[in-house]
Amino acid sequence: MKRMLLAFTVLLLSVMAVFAQGSAEGAADDGGLIRVGIINNDPNESGYRTANDADLKRVFNEENGYDASFYYSLRNDEQIAAAQLFVQDGVDYLLLSAAGTAGWDSVLQDAYDAGIYTILFDRTVDANPDLYVAEVVSDTNLQGQTAVDWLASQNLDEYNIIHIQGVMGSSAQIGRTDPLNAMVEANDNWNLVTQQTAEWNAETAQQITQAVIDSGTPFNVIYAENDDMARGAVAALDRANISHGVGGDVIVMGFDCNKWALEELLAGRWNYDGQANPFQADTIDGIIRDLENGIEPESKTIYLVEQGFDAATITQEDVDKYGI
Amino acid sequence: MQKDSVLEMRGIYKSFYSVKALQDVDFTLREGEIHALMGENGAGKSTLIKVLTGVYAKDEGQIFLKGHEGPVNIKSPEEAQKAGISTVYQEITLCPNLTVAENMYIGRERSPITNWRRMNADANRILEALAIPAKAQQQLGTCSIAVQQMVAIARAVDMECKVLILDEPTSSLDESEVSKLFKLMLDLKSRGVGIIFVTHFLDQVYEVCDRITVLRDGHLIGEYAIENMPRVDLVSKMLGKELDDLSEIKSGDEGESSYGEVIYEADGLSSTATRSPFSFSIHKGEVNGFTGLLGSGRSECVRAIFGADRVTSGKVHMDGHDIKVSKPRDAMKHGIGYLPEDRKKDGIVGDLSVRENIILALQVMKGFFGPISRAQAEAFADEYIKLLDIKTASTDTPIKSLSGGNQQKVILARWLLTNPQYLILDEPTRGIDIGTKIEIQKLVLKLASEGKSVTFISSEIDEMLRTCSRLIVMRDGKEVGELSGSDLTQSKIMNTIAGGAR
Amino acid sequence: MSIDKTPSIGLQKASGLFRRQIFIPLAALIVLILFNLIADPSFFEISYGTNSAGNPVLSGYLITILDNASELAILAIGMTLVTAASGGQDISVGAAIAISGSVVLRVLCGDNPRPDEMQASILTAFLISCVVSMLFGAFNGTLVAYFNIQPMIATLILYTAGRSIAAWINNNRLPIISDPSFGYFGTFIPGIPIPTPIFIAIICMAIIALVLKFTTLGLYAQSVGINPNSAKLNGINPAFIKFITYVIMGLCVAVAGFIKVTRFSTINYSVVALDIEMDAILAVALGGNALSGGKFSMVSSILGAYVIQFLTTTLFKFNVSSSALPAYKAVVVIVLVVLSAPTVRETLKKAWNRLRAGSPARKEA
Repeated sequence: MKRMLLAFTVLLLSVMAVFAQGSAEGAADDGGLIRVGIINNDPNESGYRTANDADLKRVFNEENGYDASFYYSLRNDEQIAAAQLFVQDGVDYLLLSAAGTAGWDSVLQDAYDAGIYTILFDRTVDANPDLYVAEVVSDTNLQGQTAVDWLASQNLDEYNIIHIQGVMGSSAQIGRTDPLNAMVEANDNWNLVTQQTAEWNAETAQQITQAVIDSGTPFNVIYAENDDMARGAVAALDRANISHGVGGDVIVMGFDCNKWALEELLAGRWNYDGQANPFQADTIDGIIRDLENGIEPESKTIYLVEQGFDAATITQEDVDKYGI
Repeated sequence: MQKDSVLEMRGIYKSFYSVKALQDVDFTLREGEIHALMGENGAGKSTLIKVLTGVYAKDEGQIFLKGHEGPVNIKSPEEAQKAGISTVYQEITLCPNLTVAENMYIGRERSPITNWRRMNADANRILEALAIPAKAQQQLGTCSIAVQQMVAIARAVDMECKVLILDEPTSSLDESEVSKLFKLMLDLKSRGVGIIFVTHFLDQVYEVCDRITVLRDGHLIGEYAIENMPRVDLVSKMLGKELDDLSEIKSGDEGESSYGEVIYEADGLSSTATRSPFSFSIHKGEVNGFTGLLGSGRSECVRAIFGADRVTSGKVHMDGHDIKVSKPRDAMKHGIGYLPEDRKKDGIVGDLSVRENIILALQVMKGFFGPISRAQAEAFADEYIKLLDIKTASTDTPIKSLSGGNQQKVILARWLLTNPQYLILDEPTRGIDIGTKIEIQKLVLKLASEGKSVTFISSEIDEMLRTCSRLIVMRDGKEVGELSGSDLTQSKIMNTIAGGAR
Repeated sequence: MSIDKTPSIGLQKASGLFRRQIFIPLAALIVLILFNLIADPSFFEISYGTNSAGNPVLSGYLITILDNASELAILAIGMTLVTAASGGQDISVGAAIAISGSVVLRVLCGDNPRPDEMQASILTAFLISCVVSMLFGAFNGTLVAYFNIQPMIATLILYTAGRSIAAWINNNRLPIISDPSFGYFGTFIPGIPIPTPIFIAIICMAIIALVLKFTTLGLYAQSVGINPNSAKLNGINPAFIKFITYVIMGLCVAVAGFIKVTRFSTINYSVVALDIEMDAILAVALGGNALSGGKFSMVSSILGAYVIQFLTTTLFKFNVSSSALPAYKAVVVIVLVVLSAPTVRETLKKAWNRLRAGSPARKEA
């Protein structure tokens, strides 16, 4: 009994510590500042998230006229609880990147009733669209389509593709997989040598690629749904002395535009990297400025501009500007 | 089937692979009798019980129950219970954190909805009828072991049993508790319940039983009415040989008080478990003992000597030096060995082999970086298996698969291997058969004659009388008397325990 | 009891094998080997070639399996000891690997995430990460051994916080080491065609074999796991033994983490060694070790680790579709774990005995 109590206490303390960390960055009293409550996923989750968080912090600070409170969690229920607190606190805007899509109706309704504008960014939720003013999101399907179109433009006689997927069911995975699947379906000279999930993990991607190499099946394209997995696949190619990149036997494609990945592109070791734009703060800032002046956004869903980089055309400037 | 019998087992065979555990065993239980099932460890008592209760499937034979036409086929303990056969085991199999009533009714709800008020009322009625000193809503864990045992019986009785099996129910009870249990048994008997009583205690058999069935090596030796069966005959039937008179073990050295120097001396010793500080000493070559009722603090004293509980005060003098014993390792370093009271909980390391169990203490003394080689360990194990006649298939057999007596011998071997100057044996003979008991008693005296000192604790006073030359009597955590020489008689000890000396 | 002496020695050996812990992982391995042999014998081909840097390498599925199972095998060592002594599992190893890997990179990179040359020797970085990992192990061990917290709960703390700590150590940046010598440990040493992690794993196994032979760690850990009361009364300090197994686990984590970061010369805090604790626990279970502690067989656990990797690679080879992969793996794992449960082993043994001997005394009722 005593032991359980102790265990429970420790658990409680650690949970409280997480909460304390979340709310410690809370706001002071404002002096004409716009109060925003920002709920995001943990910046440690990925390089993308780190860049996203840094971008938000760059824009939403006192210098720019904002009094911003940040809350991070990878758990939906914790995020909802934090949103409730922000609503009670009476923030002016609620910026939300939800960990999960479900369960948001009631808290968004509360925010709406309290006259708080909710802006979704990066991830959308399953709720009545009337409850939020805008969603600033990536069109992952477009990311995939851009990449597949680029690949088609290479005019290979035959496409034998190793397709390494992200965590199954995630929006990035679905958006980057579907256009490729459609293309393979439609064209006889497009084949999937293998299609497996490496769950965003470089090492698993290496093993998947290694398994294809060991089997002796010919292939000429690596289509990896993020940079880490492309790196893993390339490690397997290097081990087997298979040339890749510009002028090589195998075309390497990745996503997310990590700085190091764009450098691989610049060096000609990879061929293509698709952007997943984490820089949403300026767009959100624009929406808020408009709302402050009484202008509602024209459309509810605002897609970020995202491009794909080709090793043949990429410049150092692109690397510095778009690398995350 | 005979008219007055409630249970008949005929021609039961059961073997495990190549081991024939039961061969052509008959057993008859009559209405309203207490029937002792006797035999050495491994004689087949437990197997017979388990065949009866459906834990094991019999290979051959028939079982008849009163009220059933023809032979019955019991395939599981649940079926046995439905057929009116209830079992109470030595270890309490109830849940200590539930109430008494919940324990009595758990697992036998007729509907998913429990009427708590009625359940408690029913339980109280039964407890009252059987004169069990417990309340329905009391948490079981707060009752004494004896009462818990009785609650288990009450649970069995309430299931309208015709056959009640008590498997060593008394081994963890003290005398007054045993007599309460016996009253309950006699009460049940008068209601026509047939009771099968499995025990090692001869006295208890002669106190309550009507008939005795003796098994040996899986064979039926015979069924006897208690009045036609003198004790000595019973023991020799169980052992299969004529027994040298038990009282003759302790030979001649009575009254010889010329022991060597004091080897161990404690002054004002106390631990977190003892209730008050005590002083104690033992000479070289002496066997002394702590006696007293269960809970009188005798085990706590010897645990303090060994450093098993945290020692809080006291001076210890050994071999002419002041020493500090704060943990078992310290005591071991100074040549003290301790065979704990609860073999299962504190003694054996169940899944480890006999070999590993034997070398454990010596290994710890040799230290972390001095493992005993496999060959050496094998040699030690073989030596002590032979010396103590430990019955085990091999040195690799897990100790938990040995019988209680053999487990105890392994623990004994463990400490003998460390060659201690001073050995503390806390209830070394509990729950083991008579043959082994005598061997252990002899061994204790042999060790003393070799100049080792032994502290011997037992619940059986005659055993203490046979082995010890000095007894320290405990009551309520305090030493209330010390007896030696001509004072060592059953009545004197009883008087002291009951509160003569002050 | 009389014991019939008829069964032949061969029979006893066979039934002994069923009882032996190593039977299940060994049988699983043999089944996997046979399956691959029948499906595609080329599975076992090993070829000799050069990598893109011009150094000789051996390649083939077997090499891949041995290479990729290295971290798991090393973790299985620590997990076996932790399980045996404390009767519970350390679920923080994946997160702890992120920390130890992050420490290595932090020491080598200093404040610059993309240094042109390393700021310290690789050995220094490795040793510092060992110390850090052992401290985290000591933290877990203290909670388990001295505060008597359930191992899963105690290690849940680090499991939850570990990856954030790992990111914090490097200020949330992703350091990359460009010096090729760093990568030697996770890939190949020039001139040696066998992947280095295989050697590292073998060294760890040799060390633990020596430790188990020349110290009493195995006996103590088992005694403490089976019956701490009894262990204490025989002079063993149960709390300290539990504590020390977590420290050893920390050391295993440091080695595994070092291999992980040297494979790609960088780290991804959120996915590195993700869920590896589950595979490590699985390896222990596959080895037939009771997860409730007590007796253990180190060889079986390590073999279990290789079985898991063998299975993963086989599934990759047969191109099982992504969505079905976990299902296949789950089915195989369920079968193996059920088979390796002590009760099932006992039943198997009985069945085998009946099949071969047919007890003469036995007649059907």
